[in-house]
Amino acid sequence: MFDPCHISLTVNGRAIEATVDSRVHLADFLRKNLCLTGTHLGCEHGVCGACTILVDGASARACLMLAVQADGRSIETIESLSAPGAALHPIQQALADHHGLQCGYCTPGVVMTLLELDRDRNGRTLDETEIRTALSGNLCRCTGYQGIVDAALALYGDTHTIKTGADLG
Amino acid sequence: MKAARFKYHAPDSVVAAVALLGTHENARILAGGQSLMPMLNLRVAAPDHLVDLRRITALRCIEERGETLRIGAMTTQRMVEHSPLVAQHCPLLAEGIALVGHQQTRNRGTIGGSLCHLDPGAELPVIACALDARLNVAGPDGERSIAFDDFAEGYLTTRLTADEVLTSIDWPKAPKRTGVAFLEFNRRPADFAIVSVAVQINLGADGSIARARIALGGIQPTPLRLPSAEAILEGVSPAALRTHWGHDAVADISCDGDALYPPDYRHHLCGALLHRAVLAACAKAQRSSDV
Repeated sequence: MFDPCHISLTVNGRAIEATVDSRVHLADFLRKNLCLTGTHLGCEHGVCGACTILVDGASARACLMLAVQADGRSIETIESLSAPGAALHPIQQALADHHGLQCGYCTPGVVMTLLELDRDRNGRTLDETEIRTALSGNLCRCTGYQGIVDAALALYGDTHTIKTGADLG
Repeated sequence: MKAARFKYHAPDSVVAAVALLGTHENARILAGGQSLMPMLNLRVAAPDHLVDLRRITALRCIEERGETLRIGAMTTQRMVEHSPLVAQHCPLLAEGIALVGHQQTRNRGTIGGSLCHLDPGAELPVIACALDARLNVAGPDGERSIAFDDFAEGYLTTRLTADEVLTSIDWPKAPKRTGVAFLEFNRRPADFAIVSVAVQINLGADGSIARARIALGGIQPTPLRLPSAEAILEGVSPAALRTHWGHDAVADISCDGDALYPPDYRHHLCGALLHRAVLAACAKAQRSSDV
């Protein structure tokens, strides 16, 4: 290790102490050191949004942050939403119901963005434009986004205008 | 790819940061990292030393200072976007900052980092240019204040020396009867702008334009102020503006082209966006006058 740095942080509620090389970004730290491989790396230069996580409750791209910058912070990853084998989180269930994923590579980032959106909206109903703006930082190459937007509308939108999974057949 | 090796420093004061920059060769400042981290990961940048400003809490602030609003260089774009002080006193900054990147990058990206990165497609330098923002800089010999014009050198390059740190930016408060518009054209929402325009209009008591501030981005390595177009507008009634006014006003400026967008295309966007932005800003100024 060329430049070891000691960090202490909270990940999904668990206190973590670690020594990392300064050049390691947070996504690699989560995946390789903590084995939290739910955070995916797509482009690794801040364009695709697959590695979106929450830092002190605010969304961030884990590839655009050094692990050492997470010192003293609280990190939430996709693994915080539901345990293996347990019921899906409502955001995950809505994406499944509305065909909001196909290959699933971008999904962890989409879910974390929608989680922040849910906290920010404070119970307010959102329209499609607000939802599409919020999701604009997450690229999906499979769905064409409509399924993701439908899922978000089902969760946060005016429920009378939503296509349900059953309607979509 | 992964970042090349570097030695990481996280000083807790501006003085310590300046000292580190002065004693280490090939050092870079890390602010929010939303531009530098991609460059590190792609190895476009390979500094030997990285000086992270995150521990210097004094650089995160938004405060009134007489006729200006002072914003600390490490203030995140998200904090600026949601600041009532910015919305009240610097509406052009409030409008433009919502177009910077995505929420995931605004949560971490800083106002000083974007200005120092000085990307031709970025929004904040265009706004700083239009408003004559002043940049406060700390160096080994103390502090100095630089006008934006003297700060922007060229493509991704400022006139700061290697051992200087941008500490805060002073934005002039908008006068009464002011309307603003920040418009940009891009292929997808939140991309870097192909062309952007920042306009602040101040109406006189008779409803004509008393003062206009206009800057264009995306067409040259650094933002371009348009004093000739500002002069044309002054004294003019917004209703008297002809549709082709914008194209005439930018007829003499030169636009850079690239593989995707040739100069002529950018030139056309300049005229069209300028016209729309001035009309939008005038309409908002009139509404604020009616209140």
